[in-house]
Amino acid sequence: MRVGEIFTAGILALLSIYLMWKSTELPIGYISGTGPGGGAWPFWLAAIMLGSCCWTAVDWWRGRTPASRSDDPVLDSHGWRTLLFVGGGVIGFVALISIISMYGAIAVFLFYYLWFLGRHSLWLSVTMSLVVPVALFFFFEGAMRITMPSGLPFTDPVFNFLYDVIY
Amino acid sequence: MEVLSLLGDGMLLSLQPLNLTMILIGVTIGLFIGAMPGLGSVNGVAILLPITFLVPPSSAIIFLAAIYYGAMYGGAVSSITLGIPGASTAVATTFDGRPLAKQGRASLALVTAALASFVGGTVANVLFTLFAPLLASVALSFGPPEVFALMLLAFATFVGLGGDDIPKTIFSICFGLVLGAVGFDQISGAPRLVLFEYNGFLQGIGFLVLAIGVYGIGEMLWTIEQTRGDVTATTPKMTIKGMASDTKEAAKKGWKGTAIGSFLGFFVGVLPAAGATPGSLMSYGVAKMVSRNPDEFGKGSVDGVAAPEAANNSASTGSMLPMLTLGIPGSPTTAILLGGMVIWGLVPGPRLFVDEQEFVWGLIGSFYISNVAALLINLAFIPVFIWMLRMPFTILAPMIFVLSIAGGYAATRDMFDIWLMVVFGIGAFFLRKFDYPLAPAVLAIVLGPIAEPTLRQSLLLSSGDPSIFFTRPVAGPITIIALILIFLPLLKALRRMRTSAKKPAS
Repeated sequence: MRVGEIFTAGILALLSIYLMWKSTELPIGYISGTGPGGGAWPFWLAAIMLGSCCWTAVDWWRGRTPASRSDDPVLDSHGWRTLLFVGGGVIGFVALISIISMYGAIAVFLFYYLWFLGRHSLWLSVTMSLVVPVALFFFFEGAMRITMPSGLPFTDPVFNFLYDVIY
Repeated sequence: MEVLSLLGDGMLLSLQPLNLTMILIGVTIGLFIGAMPGLGSVNGVAILLPITFLVPPSSAIIFLAAIYYGAMYGGAVSSITLGIPGASTAVATTFDGRPLAKQGRASLALVTAALASFVGGTVANVLFTLFAPLLASVALSFGPPEVFALMLLAFATFVGLGGDDIPKTIFSICFGLVLGAVGFDQISGAPRLVLFEYNGFLQGIGFLVLAIGVYGIGEMLWTIEQTRGDVTATTPKMTIKGMASDTKEAAKKGWKGTAIGSFLGFFVGVLPAAGATPGSLMSYGVAKMVSRNPDEFGKGSVDGVAAPEAANNSASTGSMLPMLTLGIPGSPTTAILLGGMVIWGLVPGPRLFVDEQEFVWGLIGSFYISNVAALLINLAFIPVFIWMLRMPFTILAPMIFVLSIAGGYAATRDMFDIWLMVVFGIGAFFLRKFDYPLAPAVLAIVLGPIAEPTLRQSLLLSSGDPSIFFTRPVAGPITIIALILIFLPLLKALRRMRTSAKKPAS
């Protein structure tokens, strides 16, 4: 945790410097007749962010924060597994939206989580994976009139059938 | 007396069968739309606006106002049960509502939210009825320096909310404000902070993108990692007796927060461009400050749920006031209501109270009826919301992820925002590990776009002289209180450092 905290502060300090530099694309000073320039607000806020990172570094050096006094790893093997399987699952879910549609991705993600991670029965996993996306389809497309991504053209027959039910 | 007679006529109008039906349907729809992460009153009102052309204007606005009411009640549901604030107005409810739910006391949190919302709505309705024209003129006297001073006061309460690690809290506030500045410069119209030259940033970063990323994805990853996937089931139960005892406890422990939220929320809501979010946040901060047990806040305080919930309901009624009396919408939802009124041939402004008395008082009467209907319908549905929490965590967790992603897309309609949500979620997971408070960032992204233009307009008015924030009669005291609140924790931290530095020597 000790190394992790100063590493995070360093990354955030770099982000602050990047934001300060990016803000200078617009004027950051006071322009007579028009007031503060468009870059002033984000520039000075990013400067305060940088100052906060330096303050955090001082606190770390003096051992004032709990993380700076801890020798525990930031993530143990379970933590990495969580990030890989759950976080990776969410990334996979979002990546699938553009391919098999929002509802298709929901079905795949629910089946993956319930059956593979949650160790639920096949019957429950399949039922939930089918019922939830269909229910959400009727809620979003039917009741709320919000069109979700429909993926690549091969999903069209399924959507045509469902749209026939709504309209 | 004339006011009471007009209000009586208005209530009778709103109790007519058609209007009463519209209120009941509107409140129920609003409750469920508000309870859905990503969807809020603005979606409900916007989507159902065309339907209102089928009924007379007074029934139409009553229907839309009922949706607004229901959604404000519903916002607390996802904050408490799922830990995801569906709208910015419900962020502060998460601070104590979620811990209460984790302790198996979700019913207490939901009952508190419902009662506080009811009281907040009622207080706001009474103030609205009695002081509408007077308050409208006070609201008009708020110029850019006053609004900026108010925003500064809201930011000052963040420092108190962020916990002991002040530099990390300040970082979080400023990070949220910078994210709120991404997109276009509001004054010159020039592109600004188009990060890594991705054109997706041109449309800015919305509150929901950050909120769902932090709470829907980051918080869930953190919970699964911390509990090693074995989240203790709290098995909350819901009985009539239990609900009665929750009501008693909510009234006993949450009255102070409710009172603060009801009045403060209304006055902040009345101000054009301020709205329910700063109102709920300030009420939370003030309730914490005046509490005898401030340490309980953030760990499941009943007052911590009551204050923001009373405030957001009170503010939503308050925000109708500038819309009706001045034609200035106080929130995105009232902006749509205003549009609806114009389409129906009504002209909002001072003449509305004279020219369209039946319409105005019918609407005000419907606020009272909607408030009672929202309370009863909300209480009736609490067992359904509690049932959700009894689901095994391995079913609830993927459902939260699915609702976060689908709800997020429904609100933004942009896959770039969904990817950004995932990035924020994973970033929030790591920042949480190092005790960076993230709630201030989520609230700052909402208030930043209000604070920046008012700061720039104020400095333009004073030719760059910042003393404008101290010399004006309303802005001055607010600015001074805000600065005291900002510097108090800093001074405390410095004193603590000095004390700890002296200890080894002694």
